[in-house]
Amino acid sequence: MIFAGIVAGGMGSRFGSDIPKQFLKLGNKPIVVHTVEKFLLYSKFDAIFIGVNENWIPYAQDLFKTYGINSEKIFFSKGGKDRNLTIMSIIDDIEGKFGKSDDNIIVTHDAVRPFVTLRIIGENVEAAKLYGACDTVVNSNDTIVESDVERKEIRSVPNRKYMFLGQTPQSFNMSKLKIFFNNLSESQKSELTDACKIFTLNNQKVHLVMGEFSNFKITTMSDYKIANSLLEIKFD
Amino acid sequence: MINCIYQLTSPGKINLKFEDVNFKGKVIVKPRYMSICHADQRYYRGRRSREVLKKKLPMALIHECCGEVLEDYSNTFSVGSKVVLIPNVLSDVHQEGIFENYQKGSGFRSSGIDGFMQEIVAMDSNRLVPFNDYYGNEKVFAITEMISVAVHAVERFISNSHEKKERIAVFGDGNLGFLVSLVLKRTLPNSKIVVIGRHEEKLAHFSFADQTFVDIPENFEFDHSFECTGGAGCSDAVDKIIKFINPQGTVVLLGVSEEKVPINTRNILEKGLTFVGASRSGFNDFVNAVKFLEEEKFNRRVCNLISVGSKVNFIDDIHKVFEEVLNVPFKLVFEWNM
Repeated sequence: MIFAGIVAGGMGSRFGSDIPKQFLKLGNKPIVVHTVEKFLLYSKFDAIFIGVNENWIPYAQDLFKTYGINSEKIFFSKGGKDRNLTIMSIIDDIEGKFGKSDDNIIVTHDAVRPFVTLRIIGENVEAAKLYGACDTVVNSNDTIVESDVERKEIRSVPNRKYMFLGQTPQSFNMSKLKIFFNNLSESQKSELTDACKIFTLNNQKVHLVMGEFSNFKITTMSDYKIANSLLEIKFD
Repeated sequence: MINCIYQLTSPGKINLKFEDVNFKGKVIVKPRYMSICHADQRYYRGRRSREVLKKKLPMALIHECCGEVLEDYSNTFSVGSKVVLIPNVLSDVHQEGIFENYQKGSGFRSSGIDGFMQEIVAMDSNRLVPFNDYYGNEKVFAITEMISVAVHAVERFISNSHEKKERIAVFGDGNLGFLVSLVLKRTLPNSKIVVIGRHEEKLAHFSFADQTFVDIPENFEFDHSFECTGGAGCSDAVDKIIKFINPQGTVVLLGVSEEKVPINTRNILEKGLTFVGASRSGFNDFVNAVKFLEEEKFNRRVCNLISVGSKVNFIDDIHKVFEEVLNVPFKLVFEWNM
């Protein structure tokens, strides 16, 4: 079976807003609603789980009701302390509801990347089926430099040709993701910023899917303003 | 719902626009295969007047397309249905007795309204025609619109011509000439279909026609004719039609010309000819075009007209297919994966 795990557990601490940014309006609707609407159009998903901080679950449920999204495919999961724990919480709920299978695929995605396209979602599903894990990336147009631990001097300048910027979705064979996550030490887990690293730390290959620059993450207030200015609202 | 629309902003430049789509009561369709028409190329290459470009751009191109239903808020289609998308946008005021494609106030996608180069298209259910891909040739349904134009022209011809239809001449060996000849042969199997063109190698594709000519024999005659050349060839074709056609014949004009075309009105009067203009098509023409494409022989013949272009995954690929179309003899169809 194929599942989506939308990570919407953020509390808005980086954003300076009372309401977590995924619930703020982009055009006529909250950001997370736009994102989930796009996932609902991809008919191969058996279910879409949205991981939300537990205090915000009733709020999120109200929002989806308000905007007329009442698909039976949507479920809410309790968010964890960090991104990867939210994903693990979603996987637990999926397995509780639909049972375990070695063939299950999970497409994980940030709720605050509402400009994701059906092509990116479709290519993630196909790559996860074929390779077991994939990451969505875009070319790095700027040179990336790596600093020393004091962050004062350049340690290396990697060849830009092989540098990419990571986005989401990141998609995985669900049972492998769980096994590899549990293989990690607590210190490794605490340093994870990204689910694909769970695979690379276990010496597993992760396939690349080309994303789009427009599939950016709404992280700061200026991102939010850019996102709003990008979106035209059509009145019928 | 956020939709990505790929608009031509000026000749040769495609930009991405995001739009929040209201999908209430609409059918959400994912375009799957598209075909480039001459009109799209004229916009893309800037071969329209500055005034026209200024008025119509930015705009998403393409009006020949088939796709798949992703969601239906009108409860008409099931999810996954294969459909042909109709580019005509109906007029708010219905004028009795006038075909939908000639109604005042009607619109047309990729001519002032965004065409189908979009991630998804929110369509009214009466602008979609479902089809069955019996022969594994889904991409051929991308050119249903052009077939429907031929179907419409033949229908206009039948209702505007006398009964004697022994020999019908089609002028033009391009896409339109091919499809009009094919629809004529399918609709009027007892008539002899003669195709007059300029290229022997193109005429070789018209295997179903009864005769093909580059040079028309001196005493040749026919009862009716279709002009499918357009552009610079239009004037010469119309002149020859008037010369060789039998009295009281009907001439259907289909070719688009940017310039005004001089016409020998004296001989039109002398022969009592009827001229019928035909442009675009309507819902019923699409339904009939789909019926034809669901017939094996017709489907396979049209399939031979198609060259398959690159799959479009990124904006750069759009530019690629607009280059590829310059090198194909007939229709270019490409997969849309944006």
